[in-house]
Amino acid sequence: MAMIEIDRLVKRFGAYTAVSGVSFTVECGTVLGFLGPNGAGKSTTMKMITGFMAPSAGRIAVGGFDLAENPVEAKRRIGYLPEGAPAYAEMTPGAFLAFVADVRGLSGGDRRRKLERAIDLVDLGPVLEQPIDTLSKGFKRRVGLAQAILHDPEVLILDEPTDGLDPNQKHAVRTLIKEMAPSKAIIISTHILEEVEAVCTRSLIIARGRVLSEGVPRPGGAGWRFGALEAEPGRLDAVFRRITTGDSQNRERAA
Amino acid sequence: MSALTRGTLAIVRRELAGYFATPVAFVFIVIFLLLTGIFTFYVGGFFERGQADLKPFFMFHPWLYLLLMPAIAMRLWAEERKTGSIELLLTLPVRLWEVVLGKFLAAWCFTAIALALTFPVWITVSYLGRPDQGVILAGYLGSLLMAGGYLAICACLSATTGNQVIAFVLGVIVCLLFTVSGTPIVLDLITPWAPQALVATIASFSFLARFGAIVDGVIDLRDLVYFASLIAFWLYANAVVVELRKAN
Repeated sequence: MAMIEIDRLVKRFGAYTAVSGVSFTVECGTVLGFLGPNGAGKSTTMKMITGFMAPSAGRIAVGGFDLAENPVEAKRRIGYLPEGAPAYAEMTPGAFLAFVADVRGLSGGDRRRKLERAIDLVDLGPVLEQPIDTLSKGFKRRVGLAQAILHDPEVLILDEPTDGLDPNQKHAVRTLIKEMAPSKAIIISTHILEEVEAVCTRSLIIARGRVLSEGVPRPGGAGWRFGALEAEPGRLDAVFRRITTGDSQNRERAA
Repeated sequence: MSALTRGTLAIVRRELAGYFATPVAFVFIVIFLLLTGIFTFYVGGFFERGQADLKPFFMFHPWLYLLLMPAIAMRLWAEERKTGSIELLLTLPVRLWEVVLGKFLAAWCFTAIALALTFPVWITVSYLGRPDQGVILAGYLGSLLMAGGYLAICACLSATTGNQVIAFVLGVIVCLLFTVSGTPIVLDLITPWAPQALVATIASFSFLARFGAIVDGVIDLRDLVYFASLIAFWLYANAVVVELRKAN
């Protein structure tokens, strides 16, 4: 069974359509990459999957629970890192994670173990008692990640998880995602193409609210294939440009 | 107590801790105590009246709350919206009403703490004379209930903006309308042209009139129902505003 099922999702803001008819499913063990230019609808799609925004049309199910009918059960199964990793600035990471654990209903030994595990996985130990607003960008991002993986969710939605991190931190986050991948359904958004090659098992190129192309690694392990287009290892950018800009030219010609 | 879910309680605890995370909470409480003291003993003429009651203490509460409650409630939603943490909060497995209730209750608890710390005034009047303790208790409960009304209004207005200063100013304006609606300030303006029923309705919204009755020891069920339904209405509006404003 697919952990995430998205069916003909639409989101309109007034006259503007941010997401127009996106459908896909994500199985357990998949790391799906959302690739796309800024304003493509990646974050909006994530906000709808996590239950922050209601879609204008379409259906979302997480772990078999329809998000519109059973939002609390669906949200229980999701860990979410919003764009920019917001948190409560005046709290310490320790207090912040304890709050999230409380709201998620963790208690007793299970709560303690899960807190320790999340803190350990993202290596937050040294800053556990410092207010979050005094932390570096890298630590803030890790606080957000710890919060997302705290309850060991079946579904992880990570909006630009490595944005603003230094190369070592990027590597650490990607390693963490790969380690967690076999037991979860993960969606990450990024505009770093090398990240797709590094961690994803599938990717969707999204622009102007539509899925333009779906890519998978080429059999044999070298490079990616997006429909008829093939990309050599490290050369995803050419394919990305062709798909995201080529389509608009075709449209202009058609119009 | 089924309304107090796990999620609501966790949010109450977090918000309360948030108040005390900075010295602002203590500064606020000190200001509140100083002002109640000044109003009671200097402006209200507590000693000069020679009466063993707390009327001079309670009669200024609506005016104090008018400025202090918007200050307590302004951060509740505006800060979440500004930092984007609202996205995190509302994707946790809790219902929106649990969050709305939790935030409101935290602000209300904080006010209750500040109000409870005025106990020296009660000790003073009890030491100097034999006041009617039932009336004093009614005054405290009425004051807390009225504070809840102000807080519910300001919490809702805080959700309309990401700017705490705007939230504060909006709060003061709307609270002022509710405070003075039954006084000549408003009634003289509308009586000449408005139909009788409208004038009566607007007058009935007045915090001053209803709270005044409670402080006199007259606990009318209608006054209690008024404040309770006012709180319920504004909390409902709060949830609606949060839902509508998520998009931007």
